Amino acid sequence: MSTLDIKDLHVSIETEQGKKEILKGVSLTINTGEIHAIMGPNGSGKSTLASTIAGHPRYTVDSGSITLDGEDVLEMSVDERARAGLFLAMQYPVEVPGVTMTNFLRTAKTALDGEAPKLRTWTKDVKEAMSQLRIDADFAQRNVNEGFSGGEKKRVEILQLELFKPKFAIMDETDSGLDVDALKVVSEGHNRVHEAGGLGTLLITHYTRILRYIKPDFVHVFVDGKIAEEGGPELADRLEEEGYDRFLPTAAKA
Amino acid sequence: MTETTEKARIGAPAIDGFSEEGEDLSPVNAGQGPLAGASTKGHSHGGGVGVPDSSRAGRRTSYQLADFPQLTGREEDWRFTPLKRLRGLHTEALTGAAPTVTVTGPEGSEAPSAVKVETVDRSDARIGSAGIPEDRVSAAAWEAFTEATVLTIPAETELETGVVVAIEGTGTEASAQHLVIVAERFSKAVVVLDHKGTTTVSQNVEIDVRDGAELTVVSVQEWNDDAVHASSQQAKIGRDAKFKHVAVSLGGDLVRVTPSARFSQPGGDVELFGLYFADAGQHLEQRLFVDHAVPNCKSRVLYKGALQGEAAHTVWVGDVLIRKEAEGTDSYEANRNLVLTDGARADSVPNLEIETGLIEGAGHASTTGRFDDEHLFYLMARGIPEDEARRLVVRGFLNEIIQQIRVPELEERLTEAVERELAAGNL
Ligand SMILES: Nc1ncnc2c1ncn2[C@@H]1O[C@H](COP(=O)(O)OP(=O)(O)OP(=O)(O)O)[C@@H](O)[C@H]1O
Ligand SMILES: [Mg+2]
Repeated sequence: MSTLDIKDLHVSIETEQGKKEILKGVSLTINTGEIHAIMGPNGSGKSTLASTIAGHPRYTVDSGSITLDGEDVLEMSVDERARAGLFLAMQYPVEVPGVTMTNFLRTAKTALDGEAPKLRTWTKDVKEAMSQLRIDADFAQRNVNEGFSGGEKKRVEILQLELFKPKFAIMDETDSGLDVDALKVVSEGHNRVHEAGGLGTLLITHYTRILRYIKPDFVHVFVDGKIAEEGGPELADRLEEEGYDRFLPTAAKA
Repeated sequence: MTETTEKARIGAPAIDGFSEEGEDLSPVNAGQGPLAGASTKGHSHGGGVGVPDSSRAGRRTSYQLADFPQLTGREEDWRFTPLKRLRGLHTEALTGAAPTVTVTGPEGSEAPSAVKVETVDRSDARIGSAGIPEDRVSAAAWEAFTEATVLTIPAETELETGVVVAIEGTGTEASAQHLVIVAERFSKAVVVLDHKGTTTVSQNVEIDVRDGAELTVVSVQEWNDDAVHASSQQAKIGRDAKFKHVAVSLGGDLVRVTPSARFSQPGGDVELFGLYFADAGQHLEQRLFVDHAVPNCKSRVLYKGALQGEAAHTVWVGDVLIRKEAEGTDSYEANRNLVLTDGARADSVPNLEIETGLIEGAGHASTTGRFDDEHLFYLMARGIPEDEARRLVVRGFLNEIIQQIRVPELEERLTEAVERELAAGNL
């Protein structure tokens, strides 16, 4: 079993108006085999947490720690984190010019494993994973995310989750922009990896919709850069009924 | 990718600033050689005799240097070029030693026996058969060269291997060079112009692609860092002939390649490809011209460039002219640039002029993308180290052109050269 441990994390960004604190003391422990859902209103800092774990250079960690099985994640470069087993399915995957999906997937897999995958099984794995995620075969020859629709980009993120087999998957609003069918397909993709064992999931979402397909063990409510409340799956049901209103300052209520 | 995209597919004439006046021949352009007054009808608008107008059809062409005024740098076709760095190509008599020419097969092997190589003097009838200077620097070379290399692929001959014309620069004095490539009827060949060394040269390459011939010309500019090279490479395309041109500019301080293809008979098919990689301080310019002067021809243009480093500058100008006579034309041109670092500049100007509505299709596209921190983050977040991420992007981007060459040794060499460029930027 592996453990991703986030302790009292404070994160800020540089803006034109100066430094802005976004995460104000986040603590969270995820073990492989567990599914944690993070829910919270827009702008509460969910993506910031995800990007900070992955090591995006825009975010500065002011204090606190992130460790993976005791190893200091904050000391690692972005690619080292990925090789250590962290995977971020991005909210807005970028289009990478000039690189075909095929080439990208193989290069990443090679980098992650430290050796090139066996060509025959790899090609078969890619094909199979693509067809399970209902990604058209000719996407393999297209440039990474280039001209993909929002939903297609999300499927491609999950395709990578299936192929790269990380220890921890952070899924940043993978559900947004998906219709019900796509949501099912994507959730099943995650669940296949989960059931194979050895995966811890941090599922960031706005809505409870996806939690019908991906069953969380823990739910954390994220408000204004902090975890405001934690509980089991029943907390999600309550959020579904009540919304986030009771967590928000009165002025912000709709 | 932050991207500016311009796309157009046009099925009807829609030409800004085009006018149909001035069909008469300009005295400057008429009757000076086999080409003048034929496919290169010049015309002038209002501004007096021989003053080139904004239409590509009006560009002055002449075998005489005196017909071209001194350059100021404000001319439409020189406005991007740093004249100071031409090292006298536009002002001096080009009397320096021209780069040496050696014709072989791939990797220095024997040239295919069927190909004929001659050194001829200026009076040879083939000189002026496919090209005519369109600017002062080209005309200066035309006036100055004393002998030319003529390479002939005999009729109905299919060369089993590529022909490599090794062009080796050996000095920096301004010089002139003239090459003629003749692909006779129904011949088939690949010719590589392989430029290396140090030089200051203005070069005219005439390419005569006769009826039914299939010719590929790959011009590789892998000069030393200080080389200055202006190269006009003009092809005349015969009936049902196929011509593929690949311009690869990697090395040199200032390289300005102006390839053109003029259809002289119906049924021609032209592909113009280009690849350039400019690093700090380099100026790499490519200006092409496709002249659809006859019906039912097809042209495709794709140039891709990468830029990295302070003051790396590339210029791409694609002039495609579909004349009134050129019904049934099918044409598309695109330029794609990838800017890898701040401080580099890519200029990209597609010019499509259409004088007839009766065409299959015509379009153009130009994109300049930036490889930025978000791309890098995405790839690194998948475990790919930074230097490899950059390699992956650039290699993928440029490979589309390299694989057009279809001379395996050369493809390999250029792939390696691109990686060296990338590494040299020590990113
Ligand atoms: N580059 C930036 N410049 C300025 N402010 C930023 C930047 N990135 C994030 N922020 C701010 O930080 C806060 C947290 O943003 P973040 O994207 O983490 O929220 P989120 O919970 O993921 O929201 P959403 O539900 O909309 O995805 C927001 O107020 C946002 O405006
Ligand atoms: Mg977000």
